[in-house]
Amino acid sequence: MSGVETRKLPLPHDARGRVLPGDAACPGCPIPIALKVVSAVFGEKAILVIPACCTSVILGTYPGQAIKASVVHVPFASAAAVASGVSQALRSRGIKDAYVIAWAGDGGTADIGMAALSGAAERNEDIIYIMYDNEAYMNTGIQRSSSTPKGAWTTTTPTGKIENKKDVARILIAHGVPYVATSSIGYPHDLYSKLQRAKNIEGFRFIHVHAPCPPGWRFEPQYTVRVAKLAVETGLWILYEYHNGKLTLSGPSRPYIDPAKRKPVEEYIKLQGRFRAVTEDLINEIKKYVDENWHWIKKMSQ
Amino acid sequence: MVKVVKPLGDDKLPLTKPMVGVAGKTGLWRNMKPVVNVDKCTRCYQCEIYCPVNTIIVEPETGAVINYDYCKGCGLCADVCPSGAIVMVPELGE
Repeated sequence: MSGVETRKLPLPHDARGRVLPGDAACPGCPIPIALKVVSAVFGEKAILVIPACCTSVILGTYPGQAIKASVVHVPFASAAAVASGVSQALRSRGIKDAYVIAWAGDGGTADIGMAALSGAAERNEDIIYIMYDNEAYMNTGIQRSSSTPKGAWTTTTPTGKIENKKDVARILIAHGVPYVATSSIGYPHDLYSKLQRAKNIEGFRFIHVHAPCPPGWRFEPQYTVRVAKLAVETGLWILYEYHNGKLTLSGPSRPYIDPAKRKPVEEYIKLQGRFRAVTEDLINEIKKYVDENWHWIKKMSQ
Repeated sequence: MVKVVKPLGDDKLPLTKPMVGVAGKTGLWRNMKPVVNVDKCTRCYQCEIYCPVNTIIVEPETGAVINYDYCKGCGLCADVCPSGAIVMVPELGE
């Protein structure tokens, strides 16, 4: 093909060769996609603080690691605490061109790491906390977490979870931190621009990344991106950012503020085996939950 | 990478180093293989951005090139390709 424009786009060119092939992730895993975007923004200046989660397995064991960045593997509950310590240590040594990133799953954030996270947010530590949300403890064999949505099958909720998902981004907004955002691996450019913005803000920054997991959510590995996009298109997952006390909807989510433009929730649910036991009543409850979420967004973004 | 102080010297600290293939040749996991039709490829970079194993590199001259040593055969590239230039075929033939 001749006459093709040869622009060097930041994605994927900046991410090339940073997350290395041959990692231990399952086929179709969303985590390396998000890690690729992180490494496109921060490059080798990132110090990843990773608690026990899928990523600590994916990056591999001694003597190799599948990413060109500094990685600190820490116990489950302590991601935000260790990241705070690393950030303070860098400051006292006068190292300014490094970015401390706590990279934790939903279990390490919403359940086990919640106390350390809340503490670090309250102290407004200079770290970036990224929570990739695969909506259960996937690494240990699909156990329910507080981030699992209503109606979803896990090995510890065999008939479907009864409670709604814990909204960690809203908890962090209540802490009054400088920057909170939600993103999805279905929209890498959205995640890229949010990380670029977070990079230039000082203080505690939190990004919640929606990451569909093929073995845990029971869908075929090729549909990872399709499921992630459907979550946004049905209005179940809303992309927004909160900065300086102002909430703004992000581009991919903006059309779906109008309920008529949203795709039916059933489309998202039917693609996943974990929602096989969902009844008609439960679908109505999920729809009500979506409407309530959007009501909150509308109220906040005015 | 951020410079670290090494009191024992580089070779004595058990630090991990970036390495290709920490889980071995992951291409062996594959039972379906993605095949690129370069004539149909529009160089939109979607497959390279979304490839979970970072085995695809798109260049204007060559189109999408897949590293089959590490491709796990998930089929995500074929699903996101807007022009249908990538198709999945059985690894061992029909």
